[in-house]
Amino acid sequence: MLKFPIYLDHNATTPCDPRVVEAMIPYFTNNFGNAASRNHPFGWQAEEAVDYAREQVAKLIGADPKEIIFTSGATEADNLAIKGVFEMYASKGNHIITCNIEHKAVLDTCKHIEKEGGEVTYLKVKDNGLIDLAELEAAIKPNTILIAIMYANNEIGTIMPMKEISAIAKKKGILVFSDATQAVGKIPIDVNKDGIDLMAFSAHKMYGPKGIGALYVRRKNPRVKVTAQIDGGGHERGMRSGTLNVPGIVGFGKACEICINEMEEETARVSKLRDKLQNELLKIEESYLNGDKEHKLPHVTNISFKYVEGEGLMMGFNKEIAVSSGSACTSASLEPSYVLKALGLGDDLAHSSLRFGLGRFTTEEQIDYTVEQVTNTVNKLREMSPLWEMYKEGIDMSTIEWAHH
Amino acid sequence: MAYSEKVLNHYTNPQNVGTLDKSKSNVGTGLVGAPECGDVMRLQIEVDEATGVIKDAKFKTFGCGSAIASSSLATEWLKGKNIDEAMKIDNMEIVEELHLPPVKIHCSVLAEDAIKAAINDYRVKNGLEALKFDESIVH
Repeated sequence: MLKFPIYLDHNATTPCDPRVVEAMIPYFTNNFGNAASRNHPFGWQAEEAVDYAREQVAKLIGADPKEIIFTSGATEADNLAIKGVFEMYASKGNHIITCNIEHKAVLDTCKHIEKEGGEVTYLKVKDNGLIDLAELEAAIKPNTILIAIMYANNEIGTIMPMKEISAIAKKKGILVFSDATQAVGKIPIDVNKDGIDLMAFSAHKMYGPKGIGALYVRRKNPRVKVTAQIDGGGHERGMRSGTLNVPGIVGFGKACEICINEMEEETARVSKLRDKLQNELLKIEESYLNGDKEHKLPHVTNISFKYVEGEGLMMGFNKEIAVSSGSACTSASLEPSYVLKALGLGDDLAHSSLRFGLGRFTTEEQIDYTVEQVTNTVNKLREMSPLWEMYKEGIDMSTIEWAHH
Repeated sequence: MAYSEKVLNHYTNPQNVGTLDKSKSNVGTGLVGAPECGDVMRLQIEVDEATGVIKDAKFKTFGCGSAIASSSLATEWLKGKNIDEAMKIDNMEIVEELHLPPVKIHCSVLAEDAIKAAINDYRVKNGLEALKFDESIVH
């Protein structure tokens, strides 16, 4: 029996795995100690739990536990990495290279850096959503201190060539930071093999709780330092003050442990469902896949259904199926997704896109139902779309003088 | 953002979806919006030449649920009105009827624009001057 609503928006957030919740519960009540209380068993117990979680988190990304700085989430980790490097390495230079489909937590932080006198290059991605390595190399200047490229994109799921990016950076002695929020726990990541010096990620994207994330900061070859952005009691080796969120950290650790043990099996199962969904939906006339087909996370697909508007499309089934759209009909700006536009999609196709994010608890039955509902709604809305009618009549829509508002 | 019951009803059961023969002299067609903006409305009226009353109205809309509902409602209101009455339909009446939230007011503006564009098309086809409408509405 299908239960509604069906959740296919796992790139936005994921439910907590019940095993994660179970691990967290004692740390709200009995084991409530402050991990910084050094002089009594309550503190020791909390500290021990944090140390254990730190090991679990580090193991998932091939890091040393000492290289994990807990933060409130990936946004804070992005801020700490970029602002922290900018301030710490000011004597070496002030130029940062990033790309134009980064998450706003990176892009807006880079905007802030520019206001502070920094220089930022925003690489344009190719139409498959990947950066051009030759362009990256050409963008490097004597004052470049950081390359900040996301591991995988949140809207289209494309995976950047991190190894190649870090190889270029290493030649020039530049640090590499990656926002890996969407990728950690979904695909195998090893910060040493990938050559990453700083990496941000978050628990709630991998079946852990909200409000906890981490910044990986390399300690060897090279030893990386960031200037703290939050001052206080000197927690997290002075890089992030503030009482540790012990239950959150315990949950984060458990979530990472589950990913270590189950990622391979889960990826095989989920990517099969994703492929089915993607293949079935691409059978719809005039539907287009957004982003690279191969270099892509196993659980996401982003498709534009031409001549149908995304929000209107979601309305056809959003009481039963939760997805997200690159259309920005609800936003005041009326601007569609900057990520899709960066791929060179016209605004019309960007408005027509849906993102499907599958997850640990997605079933084949849910996928079959989704295919049916999306297909029916696309067909129904095309029947009332003047653009579809024009397309069917062979009218060249680029010759029409549209009344732009 | 939750949709009002009335928007949902129009979305689920849109009224007067379709196409009128635009080559006929008594049919006026208004096409407003742009694909890049995420909404395009085509609204058509068929006028009874003897009485000047709108005897049929049809729409097709590319857009969100509120845009579809606004155009569906507009066609309902147009039928049975004469041109002068039709010109008086104000976008705020659509907003009130459908309980559109502020971010969706532009959908009602588009519907009003579509009505006026259809009326002007009808007027021009019948040797009348296109009317100039107040441009005070901020798009």
